[in-house]
Amino acid sequence: MKYQTNEFKKGLKLEIDGNPNIIVENQFIKPGKGQPFNKVRLKNLVTGNVIERTFKSGESVDGADMEERTMQYLYSDGAIYHFMDTKSHEQVEISKGQLGENWKWIQESMDCDVLFYKGNPLTVEIPNFSVIEITYCEPGVKGNTATGATKPATLETGAEINVPLFVEQGDKVKVDTRSGEYVERYKG
Amino acid sequence: MSLTTREVLRLRQSYLRKAREFFSGLGVLEVDTEMLSEFPALDPNIEPFSTLYFEPGYESKPTVAGGAPLYLHTSPEYAMKRLLSEGSGPIYQISHVFRNGEKGRIHNPEFTMLEWYRPGFSLEDLMEEVSGLIETMLRARAPIQITYRELFERELSLNPLSVSCEELIEKCVALNLPPPDSFKNEKDTLLQYLLSQAIEPGLGFDRPTFVYNYPPSQAALAKVSSDHDKVAMRFELYINGIELANGYHELTDPVELEQRFAKENRLRIRQGKRPLPPDLHLLDALKKGLPECSGVALGFDRLIMLATKAESVHDILPLSNWKP
Repeated sequence: MKYQTNEFKKGLKLEIDGNPNIIVENQFIKPGKGQPFNKVRLKNLVTGNVIERTFKSGESVDGADMEERTMQYLYSDGAIYHFMDTKSHEQVEISKGQLGENWKWIQESMDCDVLFYKGNPLTVEIPNFSVIEITYCEPGVKGNTATGATKPATLETGAEINVPLFVEQGDKVKVDTRSGEYVERYKG
Repeated sequence: MSLTTREVLRLRQSYLRKAREFFSGLGVLEVDTEMLSEFPALDPNIEPFSTLYFEPGYESKPTVAGGAPLYLHTSPEYAMKRLLSEGSGPIYQISHVFRNGEKGRIHNPEFTMLEWYRPGFSLEDLMEEVSGLIETMLRARAPIQITYRELFERELSLNPLSVSCEELIEKCVALNLPPPDSFKNEKDTLLQYLLSQAIEPGLGFDRPTFVYNYPPSQAALAKVSSDHDKVAMRFELYINGIELANGYHELTDPVELEQRFAKENRLRIRQGKRPLPPDLHLLDALKKGLPECSGVALGFDRLIMLATKAESVHDILPLSNWKP
């Protein structure tokens, strides 16, 4: 599918030099008495690099063959993470590398947004918060609730975060998956 | 700087008043020409809006000029030149103009143009008058003037009149500004691209800057000088990187005008655009006799944008349909 310059806007995904790119900024420029063009800033969705391109007004560009699907996380056998498409029940394998930092917070049955490029998984987005069990941490000293001091804790995924001293091994904690920070102890 | 709607309205009113006072003091008459015309302005890079006239009951059968479209003016230029040839004397106009397809930070498909014509003025005389206007309206510093050629030589070390397309493309690439592929064989398009991307962002900040003596191929309706180094008697005014006004020592020869119309249509066709009918009324006016004069078109909304230090022209147009 091709897009014309008059359809360009932030968030549109285009194929540039064989790579999927997303428009970050689109400017219409018309020199006095001259031909108008679009100056576009794009982010490469594979490398993360930002590039600038100009297109003559009226030119058309290929859209990136991308699809976003909701996939449920099933389990992992170390290097490969298994997901299931919630609609088609098709199972898909995604490598730990493609998860970025998300391997630290992903939980069984979690619904994730997976971006596919030409049919292959590219990136995985998980919810903003995750509830995870602490599999190891040192016991806290009684009475130490107000000082703000923290101690390291290991989560069942293998990731390490800092938690307040009153949190115990076996507790479940809510973590902000974007910052990797402890939010609160999970009750219930 | 964000203004309330009321502040924007009051500001606009005060600028309209200042403009009228400026021209009244100089004895320049305000005119208010029709916006709908059988003929659009002919420019390779300006697209008009068009519409149809029909009698009541005949909505499906438009009746004027065999059903031919009417065009909203892209500038009051042609109408004002007809008035000049009828002996109007010096005239100015503040009107909405319409340019299809132009929307962006400093573009709106419908915008306000302040345009005026001075019989007997040279290009330099008119630049002086434009300076007077912006010094009054914006309390701007006295502008400086530089020729198109000097500007390119100073900023990019190339002579725009003699440079080749290849050298221009090399310069674009060296500045990390690769042009769209389809621009690569068009010298004027490359010059305009370089001017807008490599030079304009720094032009007219310290002092408003007039760029004048354009290449003859970028003359539009300006006279081309007859001396050895042919230049178009045209100027543009830049303030804070924004192109604010475009002025000419006006072309008065009807034969030359007809040739330019034909050339512009050929260029439109080459670019895959529909050709537009040449304005027969304007040609008649020039045959009758357009007085020697200089004229200028100034973006009034951009003037207000500069005065308020707005980020975008839409910030000063409360009811804009076209915020990008």
